[in-house]
Amino acid sequence: MRQTSPLVLGAVAYDAKVVTIWDGFREWFGAKDLAFDYVLFTNYERQVEAHFAGAVHVAWNSPLAWIESLRLAKARKRKPRALVMRDTDCDLTSVIVVPAKSSARELADLRGMRIGVGAQDSPQATLIPLLTLAEAGLEPGRDLEVVHHDVLLGKHGDHIGGERDAARALVRGSVDAACLLDANHLAFGRDGTFAPGSTRVLAQTPPYDHCNFTVLDGAPERALARFRELLLGMSYDDAAVRRLLDLEGLKAWKPGRTSGYAQLGRAVERFRFLEPWLASVAG
Amino acid sequence: MSAKPPRLDLGELGLDRGGHLLVKHALRGLPAGGVLEVVGRDAHLRMHLQAWARQQALESAPIPGGARLSRPETLLGRWRGAERAGASAASSPDAVREQPPARWGLAARGAMVEAGDLGFDFALDRKEVLWSERAAELYRQALAAQWDPAVAVDWKAPVELPDEVEDAVVQVMTYLIENEMAALLVPARFLARIHPHFREILQLLAVQAADEARHIEVFTRRATLKRPELGLSTQGGQASLKTLLDEPDYALAFFLLSVLGEGSFLSLLRFLHEHAPDPVTARVAELSGVDEARHVAFAMAHLKRHLAHDPHLRPRLVAAVESRFDSLREMSGLNEEVFDALVLLAAGRFEPDAVAHGHDAVLALKADMDAARRHRLEQLGFAPEEAERLSSLHTRNFM
Repeated sequence: MRQTSPLVLGAVAYDAKVVTIWDGFREWFGAKDLAFDYVLFTNYERQVEAHFAGAVHVAWNSPLAWIESLRLAKARKRKPRALVMRDTDCDLTSVIVVPAKSSARELADLRGMRIGVGAQDSPQATLIPLLTLAEAGLEPGRDLEVVHHDVLLGKHGDHIGGERDAARALVRGSVDAACLLDANHLAFGRDGTFAPGSTRVLAQTPPYDHCNFTVLDGAPERALARFRELLLGMSYDDAAVRRLLDLEGLKAWKPGRTSGYAQLGRAVERFRFLEPWLASVAG
Repeated sequence: MSAKPPRLDLGELGLDRGGHLLVKHALRGLPAGGVLEVVGRDAHLRMHLQAWARQQALESAPIPGGARLSRPETLLGRWRGAERAGASAASSPDAVREQPPARWGLAARGAMVEAGDLGFDFALDRKEVLWSERAAELYRQALAAQWDPAVAVDWKAPVELPDEVEDAVVQVMTYLIENEMAALLVPARFLARIHPHFREILQLLAVQAADEARHIEVFTRRATLKRPELGLSTQGGQASLKTLLDEPDYALAFFLLSVLGEGSFLSLLRFLHEHAPDPVTARVAELSGVDEARHVAFAMAHLKRHLAHDPHLRPRLVAAVESRFDSLREMSGLNEEVFDALVLLAAGRFEPDAVAHGHDAVLALKADMDAARRHRLEQLGFAPEEAERLSSLHTRNFM
C-alpha cells in the first residue's frame, strides 16, 4: 500500500514527555489528513545538521538552534525562516539574582564575584544574562568568575535542572549571584527553593524570544502550509489537544517572528560561542 | 470617558507566596477581554506578573507597582465541555447514573469533570447490577459497629478444655479461617472493577473486606491460644470455596457467597456462640455473626433490586446453584473432620452422653441453615418448592 510521504519534524529529546507530545500531535495531524512523523535528536547541533542535510522538513528549534541555523545558512547560502512559535515563546526575560542581604546594589558591584549560570549552551540562564553583564562592562571570565551548571549539554537549557542547580548554589552561598529565567525565579519561590524574601533581583534583561519551528528553502510548501494552518487553528478549548499543549507549555501557537533573537545573536558573536561547532560542520 | 479598570492591591503578598490565587479569583469575575490592574509592594511583583501572565496567556502591560492584565477566553478553556458527574447525594434526582461513562474515571460523584478520556476501564458499571438504596445506611452501620479485637474479646478469660475438645475448636477455627478468606477475596476482587461513581457500594464492600480480615484475625488468635499449629484443610472444603472465587458474575457471586453461604454461616456462628465450650470461642463467634448479618442484608437488598429490574436474572441464579452443585457432586461435602469437630465442640466433653447431645445440636444446626436459606430465597421471590429445592442443592460445606 502506497502512503503519502509524511512531513517530518525534528525535535530534541530533552525529556521523556517529548515522545508523548509528538506521538499525540502525530495522531492529531493524522486525523486532519496531514501525514506527519517525527525524528528525535539527542542534541540541537545534530538536529540542525540533519535539517540542513534534508533529513527533516521542519525543526523544533531552541533560540540558539535558530541562531545556529542562521549562521549555517549564511555559509551554505540557504534561507531559513521561523514558521510558528508558542505564545509563551514571546517576550521572555532573564534575571540576575543575589541574596537579599548581598552587598551588591547594582551590576558593577558584582565585579570579582562568582556568577552561577545554567548550562553553557542555555540562552536564558547563561548566554543572554552574561551578555547583559558584558554590555554593562563586566566581562565574564575576566571581571567575573562564571560557575556553570551543565545539566544535559546540547539541549540548550531546555532542561530546568541547570537553573535549579544555580539557584541551589545561590542558596548554599557557593555563588554570589545566579542567572535565571523570570518564570523560574517565580517557580523557585513557589516550590520553596528560595525562601520568601531571601533574594533580590539586581537586573532584568530586555525581552527576547524562545523556540520556533524552523524551515529552510526547498521544504514541501503545501504540507508546511497545512502544518502551519493546523497549528494556528489548535484551540485550548479542544480537550484532545489541551493535554499536549499543557505538556508543551503553551495556550496557543503564534505566527513565527524573528525580531526577538537580537540579544542572543549578539551574545553568540561576543563570546564566539558557535565558532568551534561551525568549524566542525564546515569541514 | 471609559470606566477605570478594577484594581487588586496585593499589599506585601508576592506571586511566589500564593498571590496568584487572588489574581485568578479577581480575573474570574471579569468578562472575557476585561482588564484588571494588579499592584502591590512585593519587590518582584512586576517581574513575576509579567512571567506569570505569559504562562497563562494573559496580555499584560507594566504599570507603576504592578501590571495591567487582560482576561482572555482561554482562562475558562479548560472547563469548556466539562460535565457534572451525577450528584453527590444519592437521594437527589438523577444523582446515580444508570451507566456512568468510563471517562469520568476516579472523579468524585458530583464533581465537575474536565473533558477528556484517559482510557479508564471499569468492567462493573451498571446501576442495575450494583446499586442498592440501602448501601449508604449499611455502610454507616458497619462503621459504627466496628470492633477492636484487642478490646472486644477478653483473651485472658479462662480456657481449660479437655484436649480432644480443644483440638475440635482448633479444627473449627481452621475451617472458619479459610471460609473467611474466600469471603474477603470475593468482594475485594469485584471492588477493584467497580466504577467509582458507585461510591457507596465501593465503601461498603471495602468495609466488608475489612470485616473479614478481622474475622480471620480473631479465629487465628483463638486457634493458637493453646496450640502452636492449626488443624486440617481439606481438598473438598477448598473445592467448594474455589467455585466462589471462580464465579465471574457479580450478581451470581454475591448470591452464592452472601445469600446462601454467609446466610448459612449466620446459623453456624450462632451455633458456635450458643454451644461454645469456652468464653473466647463464644465471643469471637458472636462478634463475627453481627458483621455477617450486615453482609447478608446488603446482598439481599441489591439482589432484590436487581431482580426487580432484570427478569433474566432469576433463571441465572437458579442455574448458578445447579451448576455449583454439579461441579461439587464428586466431592464429599462437609468434611468429616469439621463435622466431627462441631459435634465435639458442642459436646464439650469426650463422654457418650455429651457426644449424643453434640450430635443432636449439629443436626439441628443443619436444619436451621436449611430453613434460613429457604426463607431468604422466598424473600427474593422464589416459590416455596423452588426455594426448598435450591436450598437442598447448596454446598454441604455450608459457605
